[in-house]
Amino acid sequence: MSSEVTQVPNLNGGEPLVTGNQTFTSVTENICRITERKTPPVWYLALGAALSLLLVLFGSIGFLIWEGTGIWGLNNPVGWGWAIINFVWWVGIGHAGTLISAILFLLRQRWRTSINRFAEAMTLFAISCALIFPAIHVGRIWVVHWMFPLPNQMQMWPNFRSPLLWDVFAVSTYFAASLLFWFTGLIPDLATFRDRAKNKIKKYIFGFFALGWRGGNRQWRHYELAYLILAGISTPLVLSVHSVVSTDFAISIIPGWHTTIFPPYFVAGAIFSGFAMVVTLTIIARRIFNLKDFITIKHLERMNKIILLTGTMVGYAYSMEFFVAWYSGNIYEQTIFINRAFGQYAWAYWIMISCNVVVPQLFWFKKLRTSIPVMFVASILINVGMWFERFVIVVTSLAQDFLPASWDYYSPTIWDISIFVGSFGLFFTLFLLFIRFLPMISMTEVKAVLPQADPHHGGTHE
Amino acid sequence: MLAEFAGPGSLLEAARQVRTAGYTKFDCHSPFPIHGMDAAMRLKRSPLGWIVGLAAVIGTSSALGLQWWTSTIDYPLVISGKPLFSFQAYVPVTFALGVLLSAVAALVGMLALNGLPRLHHSVFHSDRFAKFSDDSFFVSIEADDPLFDTEKTREFLQHIGGENVEVLRES
Repeated sequence: MSSEVTQVPNLNGGEPLVTGNQTFTSVTENICRITERKTPPVWYLALGAALSLLLVLFGSIGFLIWEGTGIWGLNNPVGWGWAIINFVWWVGIGHAGTLISAILFLLRQRWRTSINRFAEAMTLFAISCALIFPAIHVGRIWVVHWMFPLPNQMQMWPNFRSPLLWDVFAVSTYFAASLLFWFTGLIPDLATFRDRAKNKIKKYIFGFFALGWRGGNRQWRHYELAYLILAGISTPLVLSVHSVVSTDFAISIIPGWHTTIFPPYFVAGAIFSGFAMVVTLTIIARRIFNLKDFITIKHLERMNKIILLTGTMVGYAYSMEFFVAWYSGNIYEQTIFINRAFGQYAWAYWIMISCNVVVPQLFWFKKLRTSIPVMFVASILINVGMWFERFVIVVTSLAQDFLPASWDYYSPTIWDISIFVGSFGLFFTLFLLFIRFLPMISMTEVKAVLPQADPHHGGTHE
Repeated sequence: MLAEFAGPGSLLEAARQVRTAGYTKFDCHSPFPIHGMDAAMRLKRSPLGWIVGLAAVIGTSSALGLQWWTSTIDYPLVISGKPLFSFQAYVPVTFALGVLLSAVAALVGMLALNGLPRLHHSVFHSDRFAKFSDDSFFVSIEADDPLFDTEKTREFLQHIGGENVEVLRES
């Protein structure tokens, strides 16, 4: 081995990416023990709560199928309500996972290795929750397969010029590609689980899913290229998916919707709310599972900086929309914006502004963006604000569009609310199962960014 | 034959020496990919890029073909005055299906190139080998390598720093 001590370039500003003087063994031990030890009682409690909400979800959907979408608060003119708001909100949350996995990988941000598995899993679960809504809102769920271009007895095909169909393809592709990417990353870690498994069932299950991974360099070279390719294609995918979702609105002629700012504005908003959700969940997870050496304050600080950046972009988008509406001289567009701020839904608008524009500005101050309580509360408020943003966009534009004689007010019913609350049940059930059975931090990738992993690293280790 | 090495640096050096000695059917096992190992083992670049590229072309062209055929030939509908072949409107679905097929090809191609799933292999017969996924580094040399000789290869591996040299039976 080389006797000269070569300085490993530290892109983390001199601080170690992972603290606590980790060795390869300690990384394995810290992550594996979470799944190998006896399940803590608090997990059962949390799962119980999540399953109860899941039951609420199933019950509400059952009643929806039985009785029809009339049980929701939709009316004329507000034909789109909580269902699409929830759909866009959940899909938006999913975007952070792919950004962390794919875009930060391409930008060589090695600090992503502690959070990418966790965040990507969050993406998959968020998209699962999102996909519920387009499926159930159609009314006749038993013919929901008509959304897909399948040959049928009516000799009809779906309308490919419609953004509603683009959504079907974009979000399904997003889910599938994220799942493939997540699984690819999991293979070496599943091999670790397989090699450590003490009982036969675990050995079989992990052995099956690890596909016989041997860790040889001949395999690593194909693997690394696959990972790079998946990161490379996920990047334009994540940017395009929420753009396509935004075209649900932008392609229409409704004032307040028909604007070209929507695609970038929605993508920025999605990244904004996604990172806020990742921050919320990581704060809880690192405390409960003692992962503070892996997910350090610096990781959280970086995520808060991204939140600040995207939050400012969203704030800019709000002001530009308003400016262009005024500048356009289009009275319908101008009226919509006055109504949003001062009309019947002003309460929702100002919740949105305070949560999305004001709250992230706290992160200009280092003391605040490194404070756990501040960022925990801020991240939750940001997600609330982003929900209200979709609410304001959807409902205010529909409730008061071109013809004043059609104007009306929309309120949710208990069923709108119960399905939304129930979707959290699905999300947390899947998430708790993930934490319990799978490695929530990518051991392989964390080991690869330790200083000892560099073959030219001098000095003693392990 | 399996030999254990101390760390990424020694594994890298061992790889160079094994390759220089003329062995070709060998591999270097580690819990994570080691920088520079491809060059040390003198391996060519993975052809996965071509496989995925082909999948992308197939994906985008079939998506475009699907939309073209359904909207202009089989079920032509004039929607808001747009032309039947509205290629601008076809972009999102084309892009999505191209990406989908590429992603599938990336994973399936990678597995195929790696010969996975392959649940049985001689290296798994070693108890020590189970640590490769934790913190250990190994060189494995196949018995059907032309230069393989039980005694000479064992001496060679020990000479370049390998420990716990094991001979494993066929899987």
